[in-house]
Amino acid sequence: MTDAAVNRNIVTVRDVDKIFKRGSEEIHVLGGLDLEIPEGEFLALMGPSGSGKSTLLNLIGGLDRPSQGVLEIGGERIDQLSDRRLAAWRARHVGLVFQFYNLMPMLSAQKNVELPLLLTHLSRAERKKRARIALDIVGLAHRMGHYPRTLSGGEQQRVGIARAIVTDPTLLLCDEPTGDLDRKSGDEILDLLQALNREQGKTVVMVTHDIHAAARASRTLYLNKGQLSTEPEE
Amino acid sequence: MKYLYLVWSNLMRKKLRTLLTLLSILVAFLLFGYLGAIRQGFSQGIDVAGLDRLIVRHKVSIIQLLPQAYEARIEQIDGVEDAVYQTWFGGIYQKPTNFFAQMPVEPDQYLDMYPEFLLPAEQRAAWLKTRSGAIAGRSTAERFGWKIGDRIPINATVWTRKGGELTWEFDLVGIYDGAEKGTDTTQFLFRYDFFDESRQFGQGMVGWYTVRVADPDRAAEIAAAIDAEFANSPYETKAEPEGAFLQGFANQVGDIGFIMMSIIAAVFFTILLVAGNTMAYAVRERTNELAVLKAVGFTDGGVLALVLGESLVLTALGGGIGLGLAWLLVSAGDPTGGSLPVFYIPARDLAAGGVLILLMALIAGILPALQARRLRIADALRR
Repeated sequence: MTDAAVNRNIVTVRDVDKIFKRGSEEIHVLGGLDLEIPEGEFLALMGPSGSGKSTLLNLIGGLDRPSQGVLEIGGERIDQLSDRRLAAWRARHVGLVFQFYNLMPMLSAQKNVELPLLLTHLSRAERKKRARIALDIVGLAHRMGHYPRTLSGGEQQRVGIARAIVTDPTLLLCDEPTGDLDRKSGDEILDLLQALNREQGKTVVMVTHDIHAAARASRTLYLNKGQLSTEPEE
Repeated sequence: MKYLYLVWSNLMRKKLRTLLTLLSILVAFLLFGYLGAIRQGFSQGIDVAGLDRLIVRHKVSIIQLLPQAYEARIEQIDGVEDAVYQTWFGGIYQKPTNFFAQMPVEPDQYLDMYPEFLLPAEQRAAWLKTRSGAIAGRSTAERFGWKIGDRIPINATVWTRKGGELTWEFDLVGIYDGAEKGTDTTQFLFRYDFFDESRQFGQGMVGWYTVRVADPDRAAEIAAAIDAEFANSPYETKAEPEGAFLQGFANQVGDIGFIMMSIIAAVFFTILLVAGNTMAYAVRERTNELAVLKAVGFTDGGVLALVLGESLVLTALGGGIGLGLAWLLVSAGDPTGGSLPVFYIPARDLAAGGVLILLMALIAGILPALQARRLRIADALRR
């Protein structure tokens, strides 16, 4: 467990199924899955490709809907929200970090970070100020005018993290955040995520294939054939 | 407005593609505006034609003459307030390409019949005093640099003078303006009495009549009464509303409106495909980015609006500049060097241009926008 205070469960997943349909075929990715994540935890989700890690992350982040079951995040049943309310919920409560950064190539680092703030009523000056603070946290305030193509992979991922934290979300969801980075850059990103978890109390859920990355988490769960366990499958 | 930079940055992603699409739209709206002005020119002021005015011409053709004596008989018909006559002179000023309408008229009656021709009182008085006096519309006077006091020589193509002389000389005593934008200010008018006495043949004959009726609602009935009055005479007439007459006159060179609309429709259809293609590509190649927007909290409707916004900015920019350029070109003068009686982009065409911009933006953008709206985040992020 980390130094951050661990209180109530911020994520409760109960009896969740996720079935994908491919033509007439049904693919059961998650089946009757249960998971509880206490507030302030840094959880690593591991498992082989196709085991449903990213699917579970998408469900927790409100990017997808379960075929069945309960998803309660921060006390709110997000599986029952309309698409519109779910989008608003994501904007308020979730920060997403992607493997391939997913920055807008036509926007500067600052404008990329500002994107989620466009959905708020903040003034232009306030948006800029908050973007600068977020970039400062990830150590890139001096590069806020740079475009993604002029940044290294590690720097782009840090911009991605700044975008994820700029709205001060309760939940930080990271899908293979170091998967596209070399060891050194990956370590820097993991340092950053760890600091966000320990110093700012962010609940972090990180999907990874990398044991080295998972070691930074306070808890690691393994997903295999749609089921969670505390031990990797032999 | 806070989303504008997002829209703009997306359009700037492929600058060349955006520029080419923009130019295509620009050309379409430039043509739309310019052809609209030409169509207006050919319609010769149909829009400002008097509802209370009829034109009475020879039943067979406008080029066949009617007796001047018809004036009194027309004025006696119930419902007719006044009748004036005009004759097509068809002369040449300096060279044949210097086309403009020249007509002998009765000054007072004519100006009373056409109150939209604004002539200062002293110039009107001068015209009444000067037998060889003539007045010109402002645009023709400016076209040839005429000023009051000039002597204007016009060579006859039909109406030779007694003795076979071709050249008629007129003293310019007035320059009239139009009360409305569509008023024809290209005419050159001179006195009928001077013309009738001086011409070699055709005395007592005139080209056509303009008749003002007391009640426009009775125009059709009065037109029928006029035609009935002269039925079975050597000079049967055809009376019709002034607007219909002018339209018929314009249609002598083909249905200009239809020709113009056909060209514009073909151009717009092509441009619509170009713009639609641009928008479709613009959305398809950034599926992942649209998914990220949704992931950070943009709603389906918000993403739809963003894509439609791009389409709108593109068409509004291209269409706006195109219409603006058309306006500038039209302001520089008509392409015939002044032969079109009126040459301007009517306000209704500008409004139609605005509506077309909106329609084009909607039609070009709606399918890609719906595609963006339907995008499932989890699926799109995996691509």
